[in-house]
Amino acid sequence: MGITRRLGSITGAAVLAALPLAPTAHAQQPVTLRVAIVQQVDSLNPFLATYQASTEIGRLMYDYLTAYDAADQRPVEAVAKSWEQSADDLTWTFTVPDGKKWSDGQPITAKDVAFTYNLMMTDKDAATANGSFVANFESVTAPDDRTVVIRTRVPQASMLALDVPIVPEHVWSQVGRIADYPNDVTPSVSSGPFILSEYRANEFIKLKANKDYWRGAPKYDELHFVYYKTVDAAVQALDKGELDLVNRMGPAQFDSLQGKDGITLNKAQGRRFNELVLNSGAATRTGEPIGDGHPALKDVKVRRAIAKAIDQDAIIARVNGGYAERGTGPIPPVFPDFHLTPEQVRPFDPAAANTELDQAGYPQGPDGTRVGADGKPLRFRLIGHTSRAYDEQAGEYIKGSLADLGIAVDVQLVADTLLDEQAVAGKFDLIFSGWGTNPDPDFILSLHTCAARPASTTTSGTTDSFFCDKTYDELYAQQGAELDPAKRSELVKRMQQRFYDEVPAIILGHDNALEAYRSDTFASFAVQPDPGGVIMAQNGVWGYYGAVPAAAAGSGSSGPSGLLIGGVVVVVLLVGGGAVLLARRRGASAGDRE
Amino acid sequence: MSAPPLAEASPRRRGGGVLRHVAGKLGGALTSLAAVVVLGFFLFRLIPGDPTVTMTRGRQVDEAQIAELRALHGYDLPIVEQFGRYVGDLLRGDMGTSLFYRRTVAELIGERVGPTLLLVGTSTLIAVTLGLWLGIRGAWRRDSPFDRASTGVALLGWAMPAFWLGMLLSMVTGDLFPSGGMRFSSTPPGFWPQALDVAHHMVLPCVTLIAVVYAQYQLVMRSSLLEEMNADYLTTARAKGLRDDQVRRRHAVPNALLPTVTLVFLHIGLVVTGAITVETVFSWPGLGLLTYEALAGPDLPLLQGTFVVLAGAVIVMNVLADLLYQVLDPRVRAS
Repeated sequence: MGITRRLGSITGAAVLAALPLAPTAHAQQPVTLRVAIVQQVDSLNPFLATYQASTEIGRLMYDYLTAYDAADQRPVEAVAKSWEQSADDLTWTFTVPDGKKWSDGQPITAKDVAFTYNLMMTDKDAATANGSFVANFESVTAPDDRTVVIRTRVPQASMLALDVPIVPEHVWSQVGRIADYPNDVTPSVSSGPFILSEYRANEFIKLKANKDYWRGAPKYDELHFVYYKTVDAAVQALDKGELDLVNRMGPAQFDSLQGKDGITLNKAQGRRFNELVLNSGAATRTGEPIGDGHPALKDVKVRRAIAKAIDQDAIIARVNGGYAERGTGPIPPVFPDFHLTPEQVRPFDPAAANTELDQAGYPQGPDGTRVGADGKPLRFRLIGHTSRAYDEQAGEYIKGSLADLGIAVDVQLVADTLLDEQAVAGKFDLIFSGWGTNPDPDFILSLHTCAARPASTTTSGTTDSFFCDKTYDELYAQQGAELDPAKRSELVKRMQQRFYDEVPAIILGHDNALEAYRSDTFASFAVQPDPGGVIMAQNGVWGYYGAVPAAAAGSGSSGPSGLLIGGVVVVVLLVGGGAVLLARRRGASAGDRE
Repeated sequence: MSAPPLAEASPRRRGGGVLRHVAGKLGGALTSLAAVVVLGFFLFRLIPGDPTVTMTRGRQVDEAQIAELRALHGYDLPIVEQFGRYVGDLLRGDMGTSLFYRRTVAELIGERVGPTLLLVGTSTLIAVTLGLWLGIRGAWRRDSPFDRASTGVALLGWAMPAFWLGMLLSMVTGDLFPSGGMRFSSTPPGFWPQALDVAHHMVLPCVTLIAVVYAQYQLVMRSSLLEEMNADYLTTARAKGLRDDQVRRRHAVPNALLPTVTLVFLHIGLVVTGAITVETVFSWPGLGLLTYEALAGPDLPLLQGTFVVLAGAVIVMNVLADLLYQVLDPRVRAS
């Protein structure tokens, strides 16, 4: 026993001798903002990164040519301070001011900008993530260190919304094959507010403040993105004080943090919407029908009646927990320049919908289910994702609403990949879908053009709804070439009005972005738009850059106590193991011989 | 026991027998591995969805780009030809490139093996020690309150789903242990702080893994010891005047250990797979989590890679168990 105790105290002393290091280190510990990432990071190479979490980290390291204002998202200075366009809108001249520096001290010049864009225009791999921005570029040149000249083939509306991280030529010209370059060298050569300082795949990504950032240094020292597999785990970590900032929460998770000490919630206008797509006639670009959609859905009167019979407010209240805004067109209210307020809001009116279907020639059969002129009963499949609680709950709700209309709905929840396959092949009647939107509306609008449909029955297009409408397409072409913001906004709204009237899909609601932070460690964050906007997943990095630590922020509090517990665990294991060994030896030493 | 005379049969013949035995086992293992490769390739091709669509999810791509990607990765080739390429690459040690991470599968698996081995290794070591000890104690004093209680507790753990137990433990222990990951990002560098932090993070996933697996070691150990307990050689040992715990340790346990050893090795292979749920619950950056991510894509090359590696681990452990059995048990060696 004496030996056991001595062994225990020796290991204990060894561990305790190591422990005092921790509190001293803690005393000098930098002020750190710890943020959860639940989404995977596909790459730190800004030419390859496509996932939101990855592009956000790219933005922290590399400024774009221009940025979006925190308050109202209008274009503001980033790498370029000023810009002008030629009379024919084909030539843009950007000025890169003197005095901005890469984090290794080299000046940021127009040559870096030209290098970045030219790389994307000549190297296919470099065009992986953001190639669409430069696809219409004819040439990019830097006649001197301060001037960038971009010539486009046709006028391009997104010239002040080029979401392309500008990289340092003196570093990236040494890179061999872009596709093979992970860009995880630390410290990174950054132009943005943060510098990559440590990367551990699937554990965490550490950045430190760029003290020489031209806008001014961030107000704290380090920014850590910590990887969590589930939002539940991240919420728990925030509650325990292991994290300072969490987003992408569901209504239940958000509500669970309500009223907790030291935690502040942020309910923000979001960029994502949920929709119910109606198969209005899946076909290829040449009009050859594909899939097996129900013929009655080709009739716009049926689609309108369905839209009228679904109570969107009730779905938002019951399924979204109230954390969503009513949908009209695909573009959410967070982008007021393009969001549609319909001329005439479609009322929730099941009685009127019933009457309209009666008049349109869909009488009720003996079992109460309506029947079309072809004798086919109105029995629709509604396909949703097994992985999404929203689809299950909203599906049941829609099933109930349409039953009142004399339409039978069979809700089928399937795996995401199977759903994608069925959607692409047009094998559905009703299907749940959803998208995140950008400040520039072009992409989200393009999903409903005739050209987005598949080229042949064996290929897949980018279409969301198989919608093909001449009026919509004409407006789409016009808005793409319209450089006057007011006129473009008008065209975009007319497109959405057409979408709203023709009902290729019903926008069920624009989700709120639900975020929470530890207000005992960080006093405030910059939101975008301000007020009412998000901290994370902004169109910029104002949220991280503008974070203000609380006066007595004791960040990293879990470190030392964690070390202590870890030490105790090690001591227990060592002492336990030692005791067993000693006990055995004692037994053996007293052993009788056979 | 007829073991001694057989074991003494011509040494040369015995040596040849061992070689043949080893060769036979290795051949069997290679056949299984080949089956795994074939199954892995075709099984995951049954998952609906186009890998190129997975690859480009969330990106603005046109059809020409998709067609090009399909050609680049060979997804436009007939499936037999794709399989041929895959096997060729695999033989050269190339498991392909992950569609999502755009890094080689070998590299991704390599960086995740360490954490998994640490977690699974530690928990298996503790679970085996605990299981064997409880099994021996229980069998030696069969039907004692200790035996009944420990068997009951073990079965309770065995019956619990790992993910559920993990979440429960995490909730019950409150602020005592971290909610996930392998270390805090803010832990100072240096061996001691890092090691202690990892130990701290390992407690809950380890306890969960131990709780759900140790029962099988305990029960097998218990029942095989019970079988030995009435054997004549134990009476002989007692008659020689050995103390009770020496009879147990020197005579009964070594004989009863044989089936347990096989089980332990089989399960080291399987536990790697079993860690998928625990790694997911605790965001432990290991192979299990990688498999989960690959499946969520689905990221075909990564999925095939992890499948081959995990199944390969089971096969290798099987062979090791077979070979070790030979060393431990003269009866197997002789036959």
